Order: sequence, then structure tokens, then C-alpha cells
Amino acid sequence: MAKDILVEIGLEELPARFVDDAEYQLLTKTENWLNDSRISYTSIVSFSTPRRLAVLVKDAAEEQTSLEEEMKGPALKIAQDEASNWTKAAIGFTKGHGKTVDDIYTKDVKGTAYIFVKKQITGKPTHELLPQLSEIITSIQFPKNMRWAEQPLRYGRPIRWIVALFGTEVIPFEVAGVQTGNLTYGHRFLGEMVTLSVPANYERTLADQYTIVNPAKRRQMIADELTKTETDQGFQIPEDDELLGEVCNLVEYPTVFVGSFDQSYLALPPEVLITSMKEHQRYFPVKSNNGELLPYFAGVRNGDENGLDTVVRGNEKVLRARLSDAQFFFEEDQKQSIDYYLEKLKRIVFQEKLGTISDKVRRITAITNQLSQWLDLDEQTCSNAARAAEICKFDLPTSMVNEFTNLQGIIGETYALNAGETQAAARAVAEHYLPVQAEGTLPDSIEGAIVSVADKLDTIVGCISAGLVPSGSQDPYGLRRQATGVLKILKTYNWHITVESLLELAEQQYENAESELMDQDKSRSETEQFFRHRMTYLLKESAIEQDVIQAVLYNGIGVIPYMVAKAENLSHERNNPDFKPVQEALVRVLNLARKTDLTEVSQSAFETDSEQQLYEAYWSVTDGYKKATIQQEAAEALRQLGKLSQPIHDFFDHNMVMSDDEVIRNNRLALINQIAYLIYDYADLSAIEWKQHF
Amino acid sequence: MTIQEMILTLQKHWSDQNCILMQAYDVEKGAGTMSPMTLLRSLGPEPWNVAYVEPSRRPADGRYGQNPNRLYQHHQFQVIMKPSPDNIQELYLDSLKALGINPLEHDIRFVEDNWENPTLGAAGLGWEVWLDGMEITQFTYFQQIGGLEANPVSVELTYGIERLASYIQDRENVFDLEWTNGVSVNDVFFQPEYEHSKYTFEESDTDMLFQLFTMYENEARTTMEKGLVFPAYDYVLKCSHTFNLLDAKGVISVTERTGYIARIRNLARGISKAYVEERERLGFPMLKKEAE
Repeated sequence: MAKDILVEIGLEELPARFVDDAEYQLLTKTENWLNDSRISYTSIVSFSTPRRLAVLVKDAAEEQTSLEEEMKGPALKIAQDEASNWTKAAIGFTKGHGKTVDDIYTKDVKGTAYIFVKKQITGKPTHELLPQLSEIITSIQFPKNMRWAEQPLRYGRPIRWIVALFGTEVIPFEVAGVQTGNLTYGHRFLGEMVTLSVPANYERTLADQYTIVNPAKRRQMIADELTKTETDQGFQIPEDDELLGEVCNLVEYPTVFVGSFDQSYLALPPEVLITSMKEHQRYFPVKSNNGELLPYFAGVRNGDENGLDTVVRGNEKVLRARLSDAQFFFEEDQKQSIDYYLEKLKRIVFQEKLGTISDKVRRITAITNQLSQWLDLDEQTCSNAARAAEICKFDLPTSMVNEFTNLQGIIGETYALNAGETQAAARAVAEHYLPVQAEGTLPDSIEGAIVSVADKLDTIVGCISAGLVPSGSQDPYGLRRQATGVLKILKTYNWHITVESLLELAEQQYENAESELMDQDKSRSETEQFFRHRMTYLLKESAIEQDVIQAVLYNGIGVIPYMVAKAENLSHERNNPDFKPVQEALVRVLNLARKTDLTEVSQSAFETDSEQQLYEAYWSVTDGYKKATIQQEAAEALRQLGKLSQPIHDFFDHNMVMSDDEVIRNNRLALINQIAYLIYDYADLSAIEWKQHF
Repeated sequence: MTIQEMILTLQKHWSDQNCILMQAYDVEKGAGTMSPMTLLRSLGPEPWNVAYVEPSRRPADGRYGQNPNRLYQHHQFQVIMKPSPDNIQELYLDSLKALGINPLEHDIRFVEDNWENPTLGAAGLGWEVWLDGMEITQFTYFQQIGGLEANPVSVELTYGIERLASYIQDRENVFDLEWTNGVSVNDVFFQPEYEHSKYTFEESDTDMLFQLFTMYENEARTTMEKGLVFPAYDYVLKCSHTFNLLDAKGVISVTERTGYIARIRNLARGISKAYVEERERLGFPMLKKEAE
């Protein structure tokens, strides 16, 4: 016989962002518990709304599956005497498990025979185990927990009821002062309290109470209504999975409505309108068939059609108030010049030890100008980048950015264009914040990329020297994300500038600052370490393995695109059988070289031809290798090193490095050492686990 | 429904839930939370249920009476229940029904909002309640007050009276709201709104305000050290309001700002601790009373 299990946790409205994950936890934890408890079942499904998390197990066995366990006893030598009679040890062992000597069988364990018995563990009735479900309920983790009344439990939101059924029986337990039962509550306004008599009817019973407990169904209802609205009204509602997911978890019974706003607000930057609708009010913005914003929005109400006109009017009123505020700020802000706002930046602190935003802008500008020079950009680009750097933060004191913080840069771009700045400089004001997330899009324009790198370097170098190194999950200034952004820009834009020189450049800007910053050598080594970690992380993301990463980062980080190319190259050669002789030769050199100090090579101390040949090969390869490094040709540089392979093999075949003659020995070691130096310049090949033979 | 009727309705509703009806507290403050009836009384184990209207001053929001939505001083209807009742959401929704808001004809939502007041070392979790998309109430379970863990947890409901009235009376401009028959918000509040804005942004004596801040701060500290919790707290409120006036005038830089907030917070923390100690010394009288 089997029965269904239903657990429903009734809550005060969970934050929308908590719901999906909490439902998933309830599902997987229940599943694991059933398996660990040896309770068989045919299927398990979960449900959620903002007010409930539920799990339904179909056909759960009424008893745990019985278990036959093999119990290991003493070795046969001990279990039997010389006449093959069972000893006291054997009898004691069997008794201990409720068995007799007749149940004994033997088995070899690592070459020795042991005695065993099989023990039956009879399953307990499932209903005895089910109260353990309370631990599953309390073990659900939320991004933020709270307490309520006098309960010690910390949870996402207060628990108000719990349904726990096994078949038609209530599973008795208590969580946070709430006793389980078979009563559930429907939609807060449209539904009523109802008795759940059988678990299988859960979804249908609540649907009758205007509660769609299956989130996928709820989501589909909204999506369908939005599509219908598009057709009916002849406009587009761009798909937005994130918003749809959030709205889905704000309602138990969705009804889509359409509201409108005054055409004149369309003069505001589209981002302002979209933020007001989407972020503040959770409305879907509406566009025409050619992609322009229309003065409409689609909202989702938690309820049915009743009073929908009132709901629409109320929502329109709220949006109107927001947009009229925005319009006021937009007009007022632009009555002042960019210089007026730049002046204000002198009063905004960037970070206590690192001065004001105005100080920061000065540093960004200096870094930007040096970068433009290094990159050998044309005059127009240089001047656009310089201007972009000067004005990149000017929008921070505007009312609009104060109100719409996430539009920093975008507001700046709009205002800068209206104030007559060049398109490129204005664009870079917006783009210098990119990438916003580690995975986000990079700046499109070179000016944006330069100012972005300058701003981020300044923040990272400054914060680390002020002792604000990220640790664990603590990274309040987003330094990790910003370092990743810098590295990605360097790679994508293929800039041949070493990370070390960038750090030095950013550091120089702080030199004159009167602040209690860390000792420069210490902060430099921390910063380099920090970038190494970021780089390691990025390389791992592109499927480069740890040993190769260690090899290419041996000499510091260097030029990103070149270093990445080296890593990719070595990852290939690592598994390439043809590369085996080369790798063996080069690694042999490295292994020997480590044990010596660097000394001069003297040709007159050569004893054999192979020494002389290796020496000559070394000089010719050095030449070709240097050319390849200047061109940043990773494959070619390695190919050049590869030319040393045969001479190295010959050298080792024909010479005893550890000659008894000290002069000869030292000279050979010196030669090896010089070659090693060249190889290390490329990478520490001895760190790699070569896998060509597999 | 006029604002006056709304207030009467809410008072009746929460009085029926055994809340003590209090009057506004007579020291300037930015929010109903800062009244000692909330801030101090929500500390410690003693039960406490109270409701009151609190005129709340936000100098930075002053707009010379010209903005339809922003005011130097608005009104909050504040409810505190400790410990938070299990049916608090229902009690709250019933209060909306009492105000004539039929949930079936509106869209009422509880949208996540985590409240924090760094000046008071206070934080809570809960929601902003939306009525057809408009935020009408802050609904908060206090987790920390004056740097102390709230135990038992109080629930705080803060209704924005003017917000709610603009919805109920269907007005776009706050000054058009009817306070009582024939008397508008404009009649009563336009002149003070204009004058307070002018004073805050143009006429206030900055040097005097800085001096006052220091004087209030010192007085709060010495009074606290004498174990006089309530008078000390009054001076913390005065510090806070003086700071708000200075901040609105834009004479406090961002760094200084953090410093001032920290100074007020330290006082609030000290007083919170002293309050609980004092109540304990008195044997938590309201706890005993409840047991009787």
C-alpha cells in the first residue's frame, strides 16, 4: 500500500526573489530525505506562491524498504579452531547480531578469510518517520532571515500555517509554534480557508480558491495574457524573463492590465521611463512595432477582473507622479552647466583615504592620457578620451542620478550631448561603467574602454593600498568585478601593455596624495597578487588547467592577450605527442638549471662539439625568440624554443654535466642556466603535467 | 473621507485591538519611529501596543509648498505591537477596509522592503504595502533597535496619511486634500511649508545650528550618564533634527555626514542600553502587570 505525502508551508508574503530557490530546496531536501530514509515513491513535485511552499510525493510506501546488511566478523582463523569448530569468538559474534552459527558464511577480504552474517533490518512504518519533515522545513535557507514575535527561529518570513498529510492523516509536528493540520488558505482576498482531504487534490483545491500554486502555470498565464494584449492593442511588449519571473512571484492569481501615461513624458530618456516602469513599479514597458517606446505599460494584478478600472487608474496616478518628478529633475538639472557639477564633485568623498570624486577624476584623466599615448591613438581619439575622462563623473550630483542611481553614466551621456559635447566623449561617459557585471558587455568605443580601464585601475589600486582588500564574500567596492572588467577589456581590445605597468601608472597618481596609504611595495605585491587571482579565475573559465596557468603566470601577468595565447598554445601542446621530444628537452634543462647559480659561459672551456652546437643554437634561437616576443606571437616563440630540442638532446647524450673537472662542470651548468632563463621567459614548463603519452 | 475622519477611523480600529492611543510626541522628529513611544518602548521584554499620529519633519523634502507630492512636514499614523501578533496582516487589512478600501476592488500587495535607520542603529524586515501600485504603508518587523537585538520582535505599521488620503480622496496635489469639512491641507499647512522651506534653505543660522548640535550632544551624553534616559533621548532627537536642518542646507560634506550620523547613533545606542537596564532595575513593571 502506498499513500501520498503533502507538505505546505504557509507564509506571510515571501520576497519574490526568495521563492524559486526556497521551493527548489524544499523539493531536493525532501527527495534526499525520502531516499536516505528508504521510503520508496513514484514521483515528487513542488509548488510555490509568495504565500506558500509545497511538496507533493506520490505513492510513498507505508514502510521503509527492508535492508539486508552484511556484518563482518572475526577472521576465519580466529572463528574456527583447528578441528574447524566454531570458537567462542564466532558464537559471540553471531549472537551479537541475533543469529546462530548456521548463518555464517565466509568471504575473502584482502586475501584473508573472514566470517560474515547477513542481518535483516526491518523497515519502520513511514508515519513514524514523517515528523522528521519539520527539520526539512527549518533547514530551508533564505538570502535574509528574520525573527517574529517570541520565536527563536530565523526564517524568510513568518510561518502562519503548515499542512502535513500522509494520505488523509495529518502528520503531527510543530514548527515555530505552528501545529500542522489539513487547513490551507486560498488567495488572500478572493479565496477562503479550505480543508485539504487528500494530497492529490492540492493543486485543484487551491485553484478553486484563486491560487495557482504551479509557478510555471502562473507564469504561462501572464505570458499568454501579455501576448493577447499585444494582439488586441497592436503593440509590442518586449519579452523580459527576469521581470516575468519576479511578477510571477508577486501574485497568486494574475490578471494583466494596460495603463497609459501622457505622451509628453516620452521626451525623457527612454532609460528613465523604463526604470520608472520596470524597476520601481514592475510594469512591462510597451513598444511600437518599430521598437519605439509608447505611452503605455502592462501591469499584473494579484486578483481577478473585479475593479480593474480602479486598479488601472491608481497605477497610472503613481506612474504619473514618478514621471512628473523625473521630468522636473531632467529640466532643472540641465539649467546648470557641466562645470557646475564638476565643481560639486569636490565635495563628494570617493573614499575617506582616497579623497573626493574630483580627485579621482583627476587621476582617471592622467591615466587616460598616458594610455592614449601608449596605444598611439590619433589626435581626435586622444582628445575625446581626455574629455570623456574629465567629465565621466559629472552626472553624480544631478537630481536625476540621485533619484535613478542605476542610470549613472546614461544620464551623463544624455546631458553631455545636450550640452554640446562630442558624440564619442558623451558615449564614453556612459560606457566607462561597463562591464557592469563580470559577464556584462564591454565598452563599444575605444574611448569608453580607456576611461573604463583608467577608472577601475584607480579604484582597485587605491582601495587595496587603503587596506580594503576583498576577503571571502566581502567585496563592498566590487574590486573583483572591476579587475575582471579590466582584464577582459585588455584581452578583447588586444592592448599590448603589461598589467604591471598599468598598476604602476595607477599607483603614481596616488604618490602625491596626502593620505595614510599602505607602503607602496606592500600594496604593489597585494595588487599584483589580486590580479593574478582574477587572471587565474578567468583562465579557468576558458578551460585552461591549473598547471598551465601556473606555468604562464611564472613571470608575472604581463601582456594579457599574449599571456592568454601562450596558455592556449601550451594547453594544446600539452596533449600533442609530436611535442613530446621538445618538452622533454626543455624540461630537462629547467630541472637541472634550478640547482645552479648564474655564471658566464666560456667557449674555450667547451670540450665537445655538442656543447659548441648547443651554444650556437642558443644564440640563434635567442634572436628568433626575441623577434617573436616583440611581435607577441605566442606560437612562434614556442616554435623557436623548440629548435633547441635536438641540440639539447645531443648535448645530454654526449656530455656528463656533472664532470669531475670543476671548470668544465661549471661551464656546462652555466650554459644550461642561460637556456633555462630563456625558457622561463616563456613559461615555467616544468610546472606542466605533460599528457602526450595518454 | 477627510483626513480627520481617516485618523479617527484608524484610532478606533487600533484602539479596538487594545492599542494605547497616544498623542504626538512634543519634540521635532523625522519619523514616527523616533518617538520614544516606539524607539525606547520597543526595546526589552515588556509587551507594548500603541497607536498615534506623528507629524514628521523632513527639512530636505521642503519645497516651499510648490511640489504636489513633497512636504517639509507630513503625518504618519504609527502602530507598534510587541510581541507582533500572529494575525497582524489581517488586522492591518481590516484597517484598510475600515477606511473604505475594499480589497476585492483594488490590488493590495506586500512588496519586500528592508528598513534601516543608521542614525538609530535600527533595522527591520518586512514590506511596503502597495495599493494599486502606490506605497501606502511601511510594514516592518523590528530586528534591531539602538544596536540591540529586538526580542520579542515588535511589528511597526507606518501609514503615510497624506499618501493614503490622496488616494482615498482621489487628488493629485497634496495641498488639495481635505483635512476636515471645508478645510484643506493648503489652508492649514501652506504657510508653514513655505516659511519652513525658506528658513531651512535660506535663512537658518548655520553657526548657531552647529553650536546647538554640539550643545545638544553634550547634554544628551551627560544626562544619559546620570541615568536619565527620557530627557537624554529628547536631546538625541534635537541633535537629529538639527543635523537634518544642516544637512538640508547642504553645509555638511559627505564625510562629515557619516561622522555626524555615527555620533547620533552612538548616543542612541547608549540610551537604548540604559533604557533596558533601567526597566530591568524597575523589574520590568509592564511584564508583571500582564501576568496579573
